[in-house]
Amino acid sequence: MMEILGLLSDGLWLSLQPTNLILILIGVTLGLFIGAMPGLGSVNGVAILLPITFLVPPASAIIFLAAIYYGAMYGGAISSITLGIPGASTAVATTFDGRPLALSGRASLALITAAIASFIGGTVSNVLFTAFAPPLASVALSFGNPEIFALMLLAFATFVGLGGDDIPKTVFSICIGLVFAAVGYDEISGAPRLIFFDISGFLHGVNFLVLAIGVYGIGEMLWTIDSTRGKITSTDAKMSVKGIASDAKEGMKRGWKGTAIGSFLGFFVGILPAAGATPGSLMSYGVAKMVARNPKEFGKGHPGGVAAPEAANNSASTGSMLPMLTLGIPGSPTTAILLGGMVIWGLTPGPRLFTDQSEFVWGLIGSFYVSNFFALVINIAFIPLFIWMLRMPFTILAPMIFVLSVVGGYAATKDMHDVWLMLGFGLGAFFLRKLDYPLAPAVLAIVLGPIAEPTLRQSLLLSSGDPSIFFTRAIAGPITVIAIILILLPLFKIIWTKIKSSSAETPAQ
Amino acid sequence: MKLTRRIALGFMFATGMMASVVTTTTPAHAWEPTKPIDFVIMAGAGGGADQIARFLQSVAEKKDLTVRPLVPNNKGGGSGAEALIALNGASDKDHSILVTLNSFFTTPIRQPNLGIDIQTFTPVTMMGVDPFVLWVHKDSGIKTFEDWLAKVKADNGEYVMGGTGKGQEDSIVIAWMEKNFDIKIKYIPYKGGGAVAKDLAGQQIMASVNNPAEAKGFFESGDVVPLIAFSDERLPNLPDTRTVKELGKDFSYYNQRAVVGAPGMSDEAAAYYRDLFGKIYDTEEWQNYMKSESLEPLPMDAATQKEYWKTQVDRHNELLKAIGG
Repeated sequence: MMEILGLLSDGLWLSLQPTNLILILIGVTLGLFIGAMPGLGSVNGVAILLPITFLVPPASAIIFLAAIYYGAMYGGAISSITLGIPGASTAVATTFDGRPLALSGRASLALITAAIASFIGGTVSNVLFTAFAPPLASVALSFGNPEIFALMLLAFATFVGLGGDDIPKTVFSICIGLVFAAVGYDEISGAPRLIFFDISGFLHGVNFLVLAIGVYGIGEMLWTIDSTRGKITSTDAKMSVKGIASDAKEGMKRGWKGTAIGSFLGFFVGILPAAGATPGSLMSYGVAKMVARNPKEFGKGHPGGVAAPEAANNSASTGSMLPMLTLGIPGSPTTAILLGGMVIWGLTPGPRLFTDQSEFVWGLIGSFYVSNFFALVINIAFIPLFIWMLRMPFTILAPMIFVLSVVGGYAATKDMHDVWLMLGFGLGAFFLRKLDYPLAPAVLAIVLGPIAEPTLRQSLLLSSGDPSIFFTRAIAGPITVIAIILILLPLFKIIWTKIKSSSAETPAQ
Repeated sequence: MKLTRRIALGFMFATGMMASVVTTTTPAHAWEPTKPIDFVIMAGAGGGADQIARFLQSVAEKKDLTVRPLVPNNKGGGSGAEALIALNGASDKDHSILVTLNSFFTTPIRQPNLGIDIQTFTPVTMMGVDPFVLWVHKDSGIKTFEDWLAKVKADNGEYVMGGTGKGQEDSIVIAWMEKNFDIKIKYIPYKGGGAVAKDLAGQQIMASVNNPAEAKGFFESGDVVPLIAFSDERLPNLPDTRTVKELGKDFSYYNQRAVVGAPGMSDEAAAYYRDLFGKIYDTEEWQNYMKSESLEPLPMDAATQKEYWKTQVDRHNELLKAIGG
């Protein structure tokens, strides 16, 4: 332990060197705006800026890219909350409660809760990372296909088994998401499927950001126009130092549970190479909703619904560095690019990196702590600017949302096909919402479907078609059982209330 | 304040003009890109092909070899079908190039309805070929290829290997082994080489066939053991690993790492890209990369490349027929 602290302090010292500190500040600020731009996320930011890093030594280069990564995790929340468009894939779940809060004039509460939860998530994961990196790497490796499928089942179960929403409509929404997730190529057989009307744009599948921006950007805009007829949507968007303090207090009081869940669950999901920050934040949202005292408040503007995904995406982003640094296996698309960068800088990613390139690794870990701190400070400093945006009348905001959605839909895949698809999703979402269908489960399904489907089929190939593989393995077994219980929970509840009411009726007869 | 700003602006304008004059008056080539180059990659982000593409881009950037940047664009959908369609229908044929692997040959064979004829594509530069090696986890205790064959036979069809999918490079090699050594393997397809490497390290699968570049980290840490190489000669980085040729089987298999231009690209543009990637090929960076990642050189001019494509298509036709893929 003492040795780790020594290495960590060396790392912190390295990341506080003037060049590195400046790179962190620039990186975090850039990341914040890249994250806030719909369609552009940490993946794009890191990929675009990768070539620039050849001007500095490898340690500084990765510190810069990690700072962008961190900043983007904070920034994603901003447009999710203020405009209702997910700023990055990792911030989709933040729109679920962030947007309703902003619409009720409490944008500052949502933004501050997001910032603080992000900071706590980042800190928790940094400590876990520092103390337990090598043993956690072997945990990540012990998750094979059956375990990951069990985990995905659990994630779906948290959304179905909540009891709060209309269950048939939730299941329907999940099915829509799963169908769109299946478009493109079948990973197992390599054959194309669901290529509607032979349009080649469907070959690359339906990018879930296209669905998310359509549903939350365009759908939300139509909904707001329909319900407010273009009036100012958010009246009470004021901001003061005293307000920040009281918002911070309220956000933490009501969001501490979500923050805690997001910090730990996010980290854990992040270290699994198949998953990453987006599933981590969605799952944390589901769990936070499930354990909340009153789950029905979620989705209508509960700070816990902002805190959970935001804590989770920061925590998961550190977590996904773990398999990259200890095993040389990327835990998320962004770390895949970082990994490519390491090869270009002349480092060999893999199990020996920790020992062979200890200064590089610990400099990076040190920079996580420093980036996390500065991201919090810079983010809070910019909050008044974002609040100011909200004071604009919706007749000005709506075209902005429209343009940002179109740009975001295009940026995700650079294909006009996806822009049309996104507009279609927006219209569809508007009507589904009119009919009172929950849309979050569809978004969850399109994120988790591409992980759940291949792992299910790979597991069954492994067991020659025997489904008992999900029950007999030490880790997969308990997770599967819990997931099935959660899915059946609403059914039990119905039976329970029936028994109760019939026993209450008997004495009356 | 005002004055200095104006001077600064003037200075910037002047240097800008000078720069543009310099570039316009001394053209190095008959044709130069006039906008960012669409650098399409036939694989998803993070895999072997993606790493090579980004390495090429970074060398071009570092050495300032292009007037317009190469912009990597991952189109890995459908074993690269998405990339081939994009190049085939590219609106600006002179600014669209592709980093290929063997799916350049196999995908049009396996999906004839795509209407792709690779002979219409424009050859640019062959950057090298990537050999394949059979790897097992060190805890399996297997040290030689013969022990491995005995173990696979003993498992009687229950020996599990992972790979990047039916019809992909590694599955072709595995199918060849099944046929030529009379063994049966349970093959689990994965999304990419990274997922395969992770599940081999975690012993979720028992063995894999992979490029040395992708297995390098785990090999150096001693977690995975190479059993046999599918190259013509022993690999300099794995001098103790025998080749299948030493076992008397006339077989070798490589993944091509080549840059290809869109069909219908102008001769001037093709000449520009051949010159550009030729320069990148000659840099110390690329030469060192080939050495450390076990890539083998296979230089050939444009006409030879087209011939090579023909022989590769014929060969893959046969290999794929043999595995029923």
